[in-house]
Amino acid sequence: MPLEQHLSFAADFAPALLDPTLTLPPDVTGPNGKPAGKRYNVYRNNVTVSLIDALAAIYPAVLRITGTDFFRAMARIHIRSTPPTSPLLFEYGRDLPVFIEAYEHARSLPWLADVARIERAWLDAYHAADATPLSPARLSAVTPDRLADLVFTPHPATRIVRSQFSAVTIFAANRGTAPVERIDASTPEDALITRAGSDVVVRHLPPGGAVFAACLMSGRPLGEAAASALDACSGFDIAANIAGMIEAGAFTSVTSGDA
Amino acid sequence: MSLAIRAGESLAVPLRFPVPVGGVAGTSFKHEHLPAILDAGRQRGFFEVHAENYMGAGGPPHRALEAIRRDHPISVHGVCMSIGGPQPLDKAHLARFRGLVARYQPALVSEHLAWSTHGTSFFNDLLPLPYTEATLRCVCDHIDQVQEAVRRPLLLENPSTYVAFRCSTMSETDFIRGVAERTGCGLLLDINNVFVSATNHGFSALEYLADFPLSRVGEIHLAGHAEETDDEGKLLLIDSHDGPVADAVWKLFEIVVKRYGPVPTLIEWDSKIPDWPVLQAEAAAAQTILDRHQSTAPAEDRHAA
Repeated sequence: MPLEQHLSFAADFAPALLDPTLTLPPDVTGPNGKPAGKRYNVYRNNVTVSLIDALAAIYPAVLRITGTDFFRAMARIHIRSTPPTSPLLFEYGRDLPVFIEAYEHARSLPWLADVARIERAWLDAYHAADATPLSPARLSAVTPDRLADLVFTPHPATRIVRSQFSAVTIFAANRGTAPVERIDASTPEDALITRAGSDVVVRHLPPGGAVFAACLMSGRPLGEAAASALDACSGFDIAANIAGMIEAGAFTSVTSGDA
Repeated sequence: MSLAIRAGESLAVPLRFPVPVGGVAGTSFKHEHLPAILDAGRQRGFFEVHAENYMGAGGPPHRALEAIRRDHPISVHGVCMSIGGPQPLDKAHLARFRGLVARYQPALVSEHLAWSTHGTSFFNDLLPLPYTEATLRCVCDHIDQVQEAVRRPLLLENPSTYVAFRCSTMSETDFIRGVAERTGCGLLLDINNVFVSATNHGFSALEYLADFPLSRVGEIHLAGHAEETDDEGKLLLIDSHDGPVADAVWKLFEIVVKRYGPVPTLIEWDSKIPDWPVLQAEAAAAQTILDRHQSTAPAEDRHAA
């Protein structure tokens, strides 16, 4: 057999791992030419179960909400259409929220995709680079006439997830094991996800807070961010929001825009 | 193809082989055990981690590994390099692996004779390869790259397998010996894998061990396995790492240690993780066997290199 054919083994072996309709790779065998169907299925099972387990570990609240059977059936379909492209499994599952939005059996749970987005952001914050958060004292040293020009550097762990539903409340209620009370899912809620030290914290942002935070994180100065937030929400409290974000550890540094 | 001959610049960095931890037993490091391990203070032995779990930029995984590294040697065990696959190694992954080794300076660095990525898909399993001259060359080339990156010999682990390939032209032990001779790498002898594969393919585990180049072994793995059946209803063992080491595997371990002398030995336990004292007791059982043979001088390989 030519050498190139010996190197086609992975191309022959891989497709049927995630596709149960495909037959066995042709060159695969049991000992002494024995059939290898159940043997090959060990690999199919290892791949499928380990990737479903990986999604279950990334999305524990989604798993709790849907129940194990629902979750595993949904995850099985997702991994077949969207297998991981990185060997780092903590990077996997980024496409699951969009998949959930289109998944017909999840139509009665319109907020589920946003809960998944918070969980994905939680894991990103968990693995993000460590950095010392901005001290609140840094801001009090700034003279009032310079405040509007301040530009903040976001902490590597900081994320924002916006939802038309009560995704933060539903997330928080389902990440633990305590019984879940009935939740009105219809209140829009935005989440600020940060990790100032070792613990990831998910906070419910006040109205206008997500617009404000997103502007600051994109490098726009405080004055512009405040104006955008006031446009979005006339009662927006600038002082409380900036204090809240700094207290959460959402930033690592601040500079004067023209500095 | 040999690293030692080709990579002149690597000579500036001292290579860490033979391994510096000696004949001690270690365990897989699981974060749920961290408080119990730290409470007990410095202990004899080492801890092994899966490299990929510490390839995030920061956060609690690194805090835990730093805490355990402070008082104990660690072993970095790569699971996803796909050394046995035909496609080029993932350069980004290789750089991450190098960075992890540089950051934590582990006593042991190992990877698998297996593949896990094809095209752009990562399958999260240790998949088998045929043993031919073509795959041997490919594996040697990949190991050269890994050893160049980490600036030390890699320990390559023998696989557990459930299928064979009709196109294979050499035995697994001949293949592994060829890899070790051509690349200068060390070997991680997983005795549970030997037992699982011997059962699954109907060969003698003792014969396999007699053929294995034991003089290149820098670490031993012991683990539990599960029992299923194959297409004909015969016993098929699964390398599940979810329970205690089987009696037959302990016996093979003692035979290897008696013949070759003590080697760093890891109890692998990756799912259905028990409380720390249970895992610690398995390591203590391995340490008892290692200590019984501390004075054993290494025997020559049956096939001298």
